Amino acid sequence: MAVPGRVVKLCGNTAVVNIMNNTCEVNISLVTPKVGDYVLVHAGCVLEVLKKDAAEELMWLFEELKEAADGTPSTRDK
Amino acid sequence: MGPLQRVINELGGYSGEPIKIMEVCGTHTASIFKNGIRSMISPKISLISGPGCPVCVTPASYTDRLVEYALKEGHCVLTFGDMMKVTGSGLSLTEAKAHGGRAVMLYSPLAAIKMASGEPDTQFVFAAVGFETTAPVYALLIEEIIKNDIKNLKLLTSIKKIIPAVEYICENEAGIDAFLCPGHASVITGCGVYRQLADKYRKPFVVGGFDGEHILSALYEIVSQLQSGRFEMKNMYPSVVSEDGNTKAALLINKYFETSDDYWRGIGKIKASGLRLRQPYAGYDAGSAFSCNEERLPQGCRCADVILGRISPADCGLFKTVCTPFAAVGPCMVSAEGACGIWYKNSI
Ligand code: SF4
Repeated sequence: MAVPGRVVKLCGNTAVVNIMNNTCEVNISLVTPKVGDYVLVHAGCVLEVLKKDAAEELMWLFEELKEAADGTPSTRDK
Repeated sequence: MGPLQRVINELGGYSGEPIKIMEVCGTHTASIFKNGIRSMISPKISLISGPGCPVCVTPASYTDRLVEYALKEGHCVLTFGDMMKVTGSGLSLTEAKAHGGRAVMLYSPLAAIKMASGEPDTQFVFAAVGFETTAPVYALLIEEIIKNDIKNLKLLTSIKKIIPAVEYICENEAGIDAFLCPGHASVITGCGVYRQLADKYRKPFVVGGFDGEHILSALYEIVSQLQSGRFEMKNMYPSVVSEDGNTKAALLINKYFETSDDYWRGIGKIKASGLRLRQPYAGYDAGSAFSCNEERLPQGCRCADVILGRISPADCGLFKTVCTPFAAVGPCMVSAEGACGIWYKNSI
C-alpha cells in the first residue's frame, strides 16, 4: 500500500516526510522532490511527486464529469 | 445540487443493463467498503475484486521455501507483515518462528541492508513479493547490496506484473464489463498501457484514486462510457499517475529484472507475468526458480474464483464459518489486501 506525505527535509538520497503527522525517513532515489512537495510513499521509498493536491484533483475530476454529462466543454486547461 | 451528489444520484438511480466492474486492486476493495460505496450505487452495478493482492497470488511452494529458509540454521527471512501469516502447504512464517525459525518483519526492503551488515554470519533472505509498485524498491535493494558489497543478503522473488493478469482475465473470464485499474501500480507503469487493453477488449479501463470521491467519479465515468457505447482508457488519478509512469523506476526495474512466465496461486501459469533477476545478478537470488511450479489451494478454498471475479467472498462455503482472519483457510483471508479478509472485517 502507498500513502501520501509531505517532504519536510532533504538529505542526500533520503527525505524526511510527514505522513499523517508521523515523520519518516524515506529513500528518494526514484524521484527528485523539493521541500514542501506532496509525495507518494511505498515500502520506504518515494514513488512519485504529486502533481496536484487532493482538493485540486477532486475539483478537476468533477469538472471532467460535468463536461461528460452536459456535453459542455470545460474552460479549464487540461 | 453539487457535482458529487449528482454523481451519487446518477449511480444510485442507474436502471440499465446489469454492469459488472472489476476493481483490480485490494486497496480499492477496502476503500469501497470504508466509504460505503455499494450502498450508494444501484444494485444493477456489481463491484467484484480482482487479482491485485500480491500475497494472495504468491504460490504455496514459494511460501514453503521461505519457511525452509526460516527454519534453516544460520538463516533469517526478512519480509513485509502480510507474508508472515500466509501458509503454503505446511507452516506459515509465524508458525515457523514458533518452531524456532527466524523471520523478521520490515517496513522497507532497504532496511535489510542494515540488518545484513550488522550480522555478517547470518544469511538473510528477503521475501521479494509484490507488483510493479514494489519492484523498483527491490531494484534499489539490489543496487544497495552491490554498492555496499553485502555478501549475506539474497532475494527470493515472486514479483508479479499486473497487466498480463488483467489481460488473462479479459481472455478467459466472461461477463466483466469494465475495469477500475490499480492506482498505485499505474504510478510506475503509467496509464497508457491500459489504452491498448481498452481498444483490444472493447471495455472501459479507468484508473482511479482511493478516496470515496475518486472511486465514485471513476465508477460514474465507467457507467457513462458503457451507456454511450464507448470503451476508453481514462486517467481519473492524474495527481500521481501519468501517461508513461515513473520512467526512472521502470529503467531501474529493467536494469536488474527481466520478464518471465510466472505462476499465480489458484490460477496457474500466466505468460510474461513475472519479474526475475537478470542472469548477471543471479548470485543475489535465493533459488526463486525452484519455488513456482504449482498453485495448490487448501481444500474448499475458492480464492482462485474470488481473484478471477467469478464469485464474491461471501459465496465461498467456508467464508466466516470455517475461514476467518483468526483461522484463515486461504491467502485471500490473510492479507490486508485480500478480498476475503476485507469482506470479513466489513461484515461483522
Ligand atoms: S473465504 Fe477463506 S476459504 Fe473461502 S475463498 Fe476466501 S480465503 Fe479461501
